[in-house]
Amino acid sequence: MAADTAISMAGVARRFVTPTGTISALENFSLDIAPGEFCAIVGPTGCGKSTTLGLIAGLAKPQDGNVSLFGAPVAGIDPRVGFVFQQDALFPWRNVLSNVCAGPLFRGTPKAEAERQARDWLQRVGLAAFETSFPHQLSGGMKKRVALAQTFINGPKILLMDEPFSALDVQTRELMQEELLALWEQNRAAVLFVTHDLDEAILLADKVAVLTSRPARVKSVYKIDLPRPRNVADLRYDPAFITIARRLADELKEEVMKARMPPAPITKQVAV
Amino acid sequence: MTRAYRYKIIFYRFLVLLVVLGSWEGSTRFGLLDPFFFGQPSGIAVRLYTWTTQGTAIGPLWLQVWVTLYEATLGFFIGSALGIVCGIILGRNQFLADIFSIYIKIANSIPRVVLGSIFIISLGLGIWSKVALAVVLVFFVVFANAFQGVREADRAIIANARILGASNWQITTGVVIPSALTWILASLHVSFGFALIGAIVGEFLGAKQGMGLLIANAQGTFDSNGVFAAMILVAVVALVMEALLTFIENRLISWRPEVVRAE
Repeated sequence: MAADTAISMAGVARRFVTPTGTISALENFSLDIAPGEFCAIVGPTGCGKSTTLGLIAGLAKPQDGNVSLFGAPVAGIDPRVGFVFQQDALFPWRNVLSNVCAGPLFRGTPKAEAERQARDWLQRVGLAAFETSFPHQLSGGMKKRVALAQTFINGPKILLMDEPFSALDVQTRELMQEELLALWEQNRAAVLFVTHDLDEAILLADKVAVLTSRPARVKSVYKIDLPRPRNVADLRYDPAFITIARRLADELKEEVMKARMPPAPITKQVAV
Repeated sequence: MTRAYRYKIIFYRFLVLLVVLGSWEGSTRFGLLDPFFFGQPSGIAVRLYTWTTQGTAIGPLWLQVWVTLYEATLGFFIGSALGIVCGIILGRNQFLADIFSIYIKIANSIPRVVLGSIFIISLGLGIWSKVALAVVLVFFVVFANAFQGVREADRAIIANARILGASNWQITTGVVIPSALTWILASLHVSFGFALIGAIVGEFLGAKQGMGLLIANAQGTFDSNGVFAAMILVAVVALVMEALLTFIENRLISWRPEVVRAE
């Protein structure tokens, strides 16, 4: 386990006990991500992608194997980690500014300074005019921008993203992908981006890990050698992109077919 | 809702009231119901009038209303404060919840109004026996809601707060309590009614003043109009407090999206 990896997972297993027996979400799961590397993981629905993020974030513990951040094993929640959730996880009773302030305030930054930083981040995500709005008054895309600002304000060295854009419409999703890449170019955290959208994975990432159906293992890892900075809208029609997408699609399809076969009930586990 | 529709509704509401009161009054006048046992709307109105102008048999009317309101309000505040605190503590602490859940179930299943007798014996005929009964009635309603509200707090939001750097205490005060607030406030609505019941039943069992004593007195003198008159006064008090609580609730959760209300 080298110290030059940002995230290192070695032989990790995570199992859930359910009334119908033990379900294995991850088994012998190994993956390394270098500092500043953008890694996407794709796999069939319910294969344990979210579980993986929970283990890295310190929200849950593995039964087997090691999860390390910058060479040190994960013990609880690490302040260097940022997490963007699939569902809406903003604080509905706080306005936009106060939502973005939350991280620094929790970490003891004085209020005036936290608000100054939050305004700066709202500026960057283009929501400066909405600081007094409440989350329920915003569109899906705007909420995601707030969530990004809320996460980036803490200056994470490791960024975990759990299908963050899956609930957005296609156009908004593309805008948010651009937005994310622009923010990440400045921050250069190691990213683990979970998605079931293969195109999204290829457009954003330096490498894409394809997972097997449950129990999840890394089936194969692909380097994506598309140049940066990337323009998501144009890249989508680039022949190089299309070639990669086709190859990975075949690979993923195989796993999706396998995932369909066993009739075992899949219960969504929330790793808290 | 159009203006015309609103007027139409108001008109029909009055019509219903008129029909009910009219047939009550009519059947007592034409001998279908005996006004001695069932009261009479006109008699109730007269009773309310004499009470306000000449006072009741146990003292001025405003004093009776005030005493009951005072007991109920005091019981309401103490009971809901205890309920909220206990609900949040047990909601956040699985260990304590496991220990106490059985006792709370048992306590919840006994008819708590009976405790009124104990309180009269131990705390006397003054206001504290009524306050105590109101506290007990309010506590369980608020506790159950606060507990549930804490348990229902969105797990994703809690996980988000933890990763953003919140300590356990910050999660309790900054995430769990605000999200349980909707539940707690909903229970406060119901529980003021319970506080009133506690105060009145307490006065019923033994008191020197209050609406409950007024009702008990009216019952003792076979004054059915008096019972109804007191009932109406209690209803007015309850409705005024309900309106006040709604006002406070709307101020406290202004972040909530506008919900379509039944009324």
